[in-house]
Amino acid sequence: MTPSIQQLTPQSSSRPAIQTHGLRKVFGEKIAVKGLTLEVAQGEVFGFLGPNGAGKSTFIKMLLGLVAPTRGEAFVLGHAAGDVNARKKVGFLPEHFRFYDWLTAAELLRFHGRLYGMTDSQLRKRVSELLDLVSLWPHREKRLREFSKGMLQRIGLAQALLNDPELIFLDEPTSGLDPVGRRLVRDIIRQQRSRGATVFLNSHLLSEVEITCDRVAFIKHGEMLETRRLQEERGSEIDVLIRAQNWNTAILEGLAPWALSICGEGERLTLRVACAEALPEIIRYLVSQDVKVYEMTPQRTSLEDLFLQIVGEDGGL
Amino acid sequence: MGAWTMAGITFREAARKKFLWMALAAGLAFLLLFGTGLHFQVKSLARTNPLLRRQVLNGMLMVGLYAADLLTVVMAVLISVDTLSGEIASGTIHAIATKPVRRREILLGKWLGFVGMLAIYAAIMVGGVSGLAYILSGATARHLLLGSSLILLESILLLNLTFLCGTMFSTLTNGVLVLGLHGLAFLGGWIEQAGALAHSPRAVDVGVIASIIMPSESLWRRAAFEMQSPLIGAIGLSPFSNASVPSPAMVTYAALYLIAALALALRYFSRRDL
Ligand SMILES: Nc1ncnc2c1ncn2[C@@H]1O[C@H](COP(=O)(O)OP(=O)(O)OP(=O)(O)O)[C@@H](O)[C@H]1O
Ligand SMILES: [Mg+2]
Repeated sequence: MTPSIQQLTPQSSSRPAIQTHGLRKVFGEKIAVKGLTLEVAQGEVFGFLGPNGAGKSTFIKMLLGLVAPTRGEAFVLGHAAGDVNARKKVGFLPEHFRFYDWLTAAELLRFHGRLYGMTDSQLRKRVSELLDLVSLWPHREKRLREFSKGMLQRIGLAQALLNDPELIFLDEPTSGLDPVGRRLVRDIIRQQRSRGATVFLNSHLLSEVEITCDRVAFIKHGEMLETRRLQEERGSEIDVLIRAQNWNTAILEGLAPWALSICGEGERLTLRVACAEALPEIIRYLVSQDVKVYEMTPQRTSLEDLFLQIVGEDGGL
Repeated sequence: MGAWTMAGITFREAARKKFLWMALAAGLAFLLLFGTGLHFQVKSLARTNPLLRRQVLNGMLMVGLYAADLLTVVMAVLISVDTLSGEIASGTIHAIATKPVRRREILLGKWLGFVGMLAIYAAIMVGGVSGLAYILSGATARHLLLGSSLILLESILLLNLTFLCGTMFSTLTNGVLVLGLHGLAFLGGWIEQAGALAHSPRAVDVGVIASIIMPSESLWRRAAFEMQSPLIGAIGLSPFSNASVPSPAMVTYAALYLIAALALALRYFSRRDL
């Protein structure tokens, strides 16, 4: 069974999916979120990164109306945060997904579906699609009490997709998942992006974030430090490492049209090129010159390096 | 819509987690005990003066109804004590309260589910006791329907108070607080009656103050007044004397009290951070 994909038609593509202005939450003495101003566009996969206790979950809870902001404004899909009409179009996987564990997997989805106002016939179809999507179809009649942590996380994911949401909040969706489960999360995020949904992702698994997100924000002590676009912007410079044999300086000089700088030593050539488009040209040229190319790797700063650089090694606790 | 879904799940939870069946089993065990006791009582009273006999058996009926009332009230607290605080503490509420349902629908849905259970339970217990009493001894309660409505009202009062405390405190604190308050009302009721019999207006005042703080027991005492024969109430043959009967004003007060408790629970639950 392949899940039917409900394509979204953006109502007003100019309207951001999430918009906050000076959103702040104070718990007693503790400032959890310190006046965050943020905009997430429709259809964007947005990563929210920061050390433990940075205020990520609190921020999501304010957007969903679970926690009342101390100050500031927030709009979700054009409605004030927490508005029932916004929640109709939102899916949410809470940080520690808890549920009625005396229900079976299928019953839990039906219960949550009814809370979305779905009819029985809608539910029959959707529940089996989702159970299939998260590979729990064989366990549909099992009580959730008997589920493993990862299986529960999967049912939590399914629950967040019941209503074909326009906006999905995933608070650490990969926690407790095995590699297959992590892959599933990645695939689900991709699938949601391709149907036009917006995904707001809290995660500590930076390698996952790096693959899935369009843009990330770094927060620490409830404050936004920086937002970054993750896809390589066309036209930006890239450092490339090439492992090759049979080259000489004359051949390297022939790379001048594409490379901004070149440095060769033994098997290793390091180049800086102006844009990614230069890479296939360089390979073609090297091969035509009988250079044996074993490897060509663009050197990006990993998100983890970026995280440590921006947030700091102290972790901010 | 959301409220009905919540009411349904509340009922299902009670059935699935077995405490509904346990409560019914306890109730049936009690009815069995009551029936057996009454049976022997009837036998031993066979040669007593019919007027006295009738009054004693009527007194037995009242004791049975009192126990039914107490069981229903305790059930009201036990079945609902964890429903709000437990789900808030565990985070179960997160995935529910972020669905397109209003907080008040969640709370009212649960409430409806519990009221349904209590109504069934009270009907079984009061119906069982009065049915057994009628079959075995011929004793009947005077205004049974009015009396059982007051018993149900009392259990709803405790339910609402448990809901209110459940929006603020942990499960354990909630249980201790509500049962403690009921204990206060219970003691106050007896002090008031004893005071009235001993003509001690001070003691009666103490009882009245206790009833104002927690009017649950006064609903029972009004129910007893409505159900028992006027004679035995007057001559003090029953533990529930007519010497100091809660007035209709007290019943109205209790009704307002339980509405206020629910309204406050709704208000607090709708505003608090989850
Ligand atoms: N209900 C609460 N009462 C008091 N303090 C709270 C409450 N919820 C969160 N906090 C505090 O607010 C801060 C932010 O918490 P939050 O859960 O939002 O962090 P987080 O970024 O999600 O962290 P993690 O990565 O560990 O999930 C923490 O210091 C936490 O202790
Ligand atoms: Mg968190």
